[in-house]
Amino acid sequence: MRRFFRRNAAGYLFLSPWLVGFFLLALGPILASLYLSFTHYDMVSTPRWVGVDNYVYMFDRDRRFWRALSVTFHYVAIAVPLRLAMALAVAMLLDKGLRSIGVYRAIFYLPSLLGASIAIAILWREMFGLNGMVNEALAMIGITGIGWITTPSTSLYTIVILAMWQFGSPMLIFLAGLRGIPRDLYEAAEIDGTPKWRQFFRITLPMLAPVLFFNLVLQTIEAFKTFTSAFVISNGSGAPADSLLFYTVYLFNEAFKFFRMGYASALAWVLLIIIGAFTAVAFATSKYWVHYENERD
Amino acid sequence: MAQLSLKHIGKTYGAVEVIRDLNLEVVDGEFLVLVGPSGCGKSTLLRMIAGLEDISEGTFSIDGRVVNDLPASKRDLSMVFQSYALYPHMSVRKNLAFGLQNMRLHRAEIDSRVAEAARILQIEPLLDRKPRQLSGGQKQRVAIGRSIVREPKLFLFDEPLSNLDAELRVQMRVELAALYERLKTTMIYVTHDQVEAMTLASRIVVLRGGKVEQVGTPVELYTRPANLFVAGFIGSPKINMIPASYENGAARTADFPTLPLTGLPNGPLTLCLRPEAVTLDGGDCQAQGRVKLVEYLGADTLVHIDLPSGQSLLFHANGRDAQKAGQTVTVGINAADLHVFDASGNRIER
Repeated sequence: MRRFFRRNAAGYLFLSPWLVGFFLLALGPILASLYLSFTHYDMVSTPRWVGVDNYVYMFDRDRRFWRALSVTFHYVAIAVPLRLAMALAVAMLLDKGLRSIGVYRAIFYLPSLLGASIAIAILWREMFGLNGMVNEALAMIGITGIGWITTPSTSLYTIVILAMWQFGSPMLIFLAGLRGIPRDLYEAAEIDGTPKWRQFFRITLPMLAPVLFFNLVLQTIEAFKTFTSAFVISNGSGAPADSLLFYTVYLFNEAFKFFRMGYASALAWVLLIIIGAFTAVAFATSKYWVHYENERD
Repeated sequence: MAQLSLKHIGKTYGAVEVIRDLNLEVVDGEFLVLVGPSGCGKSTLLRMIAGLEDISEGTFSIDGRVVNDLPASKRDLSMVFQSYALYPHMSVRKNLAFGLQNMRLHRAEIDSRVAEAARILQIEPLLDRKPRQLSGGQKQRVAIGRSIVREPKLFLFDEPLSNLDAELRVQMRVELAALYERLKTTMIYVTHDQVEAMTLASRIVVLRGGKVEQVGTPVELYTRPANLFVAGFIGSPKINMIPASYENGAARTADFPTLPLTGLPNGPLTLCLRPEAVTLDGGDCQAQGRVKLVEYLGADTLVHIDLPSGQSLLFHANGRDAQKAGQTVTVGINAADLHVFDASGNRIER
């Protein structure tokens, strides 16, 4: 054992900032939250053990939990495919060999850097407000707009649009994937008289499947965790009519507004299990649609 | 079957001229090989014929119809790529059938053509495998199969054997020759390997720097090379090149002072001699030499001989001839075997 540490001391020394960070700032709170999820804890008094009561309450009696789940699922189901489609479409355009491609890449990536900021969320709120830019633009063509954010049936879609606009990160990954597809596959298809749409579905998509899978998993996880935009646009309440009550917004309110830290911890663990389940399903089904060039048989 | 005509063909990329003023007629049903060193424009020319590259200048026609602007898919040709270009996510069967599906053929017709190609190329047991489960030679067979199922009137091959090891290359070369004999369809084949060119071609086009150096049958190119480049490029082992001069009706080299050659223009010349035309203890003219190296190749032996001037001469001996490194030998040449080239490197007919 001593020999092991002596031989690997330098490695562990270099790893130490990450190890200290992980054990103190991540693993500690993770384990603490697991414990707290079985307690009643208001952040002032000592946590009181309540067993599985928090979980029973969540599934059995908390209608807002189901509402938050519904909003989040709805969002994930719409935003993830749209964002991936947008990212792939732009990546394919950039793959056409444009001049100054680096500049375009930076421009298209910029929203992803800005997108998670509070400033952009506020800007979004103003743009889609009753007197916002969107309605001003619609007015120019004679359409009277509504308060897109204050109307429950449309509010979620304003956040979906914001998500679509932040396609930079998956776009870069798609672009790298597209660059990796050998050109002669398309040339062979071209000579065979394969129409472009068929080349896309029969060559591009299957060849991109590993990258698509990676993006799908990552973007799904990210979508489940969406917080800032929903919190800022709904003024932290999930309004109107809980249409923006994202899971994370609900969790945040339970923890830091109503100081039900034990219940919020239980919510966090359920979210973790949901994300884990989605990821597991994605991995389990991937063998049917993801092809890896160097896969072992 | 297809007859091709290329007239004053040029290809430029910006300021770089890759092919200039190229003229070529491809006869119906012939196996034409484009050969030349790297960067000579042979693959570019093939891609222009395929429709994968635009033609910058000139006219290209197939069976009398100008096809400069016709897309690749409308030219009724198929191409085998150096990298095989097999779709890695599809089985061999699907790879073979992919092009046929675009032709909107009936399922039964597709199945029958795939089965026939698989039978010809002996890849029937591989039909349900993915390309990654195949060896290089098997992949190449599938790539060829994908070409033949479409029954095109023109086959294009872009260095199809260069990714294979030496043994497999010989085997596939034989199979390609057999396939050509079977189909007798027009084939254009690009290679930098002159052995492939010599063994497969009905006619060879030797290219250098985007220009045609010579077009002819393998025998014509070997026995009557049009210039020094072709003489040096065609033939293995490489031809001997000896600097010479012709003054006042007499030809001489540093090592062969009197050569029985007449009727040549005065001035510097290059005399070329195939290694198998070099003799020991014979010939019209003789010189002493020292054996530098003996390369035993089994059926043949290559003997590298240094002449007194420093000129090196390659002698092709049969089997296990007895020369040894360091031995002094008498080298002989026959004037009739010499290829004579002028100062510009062009052949002088005698």
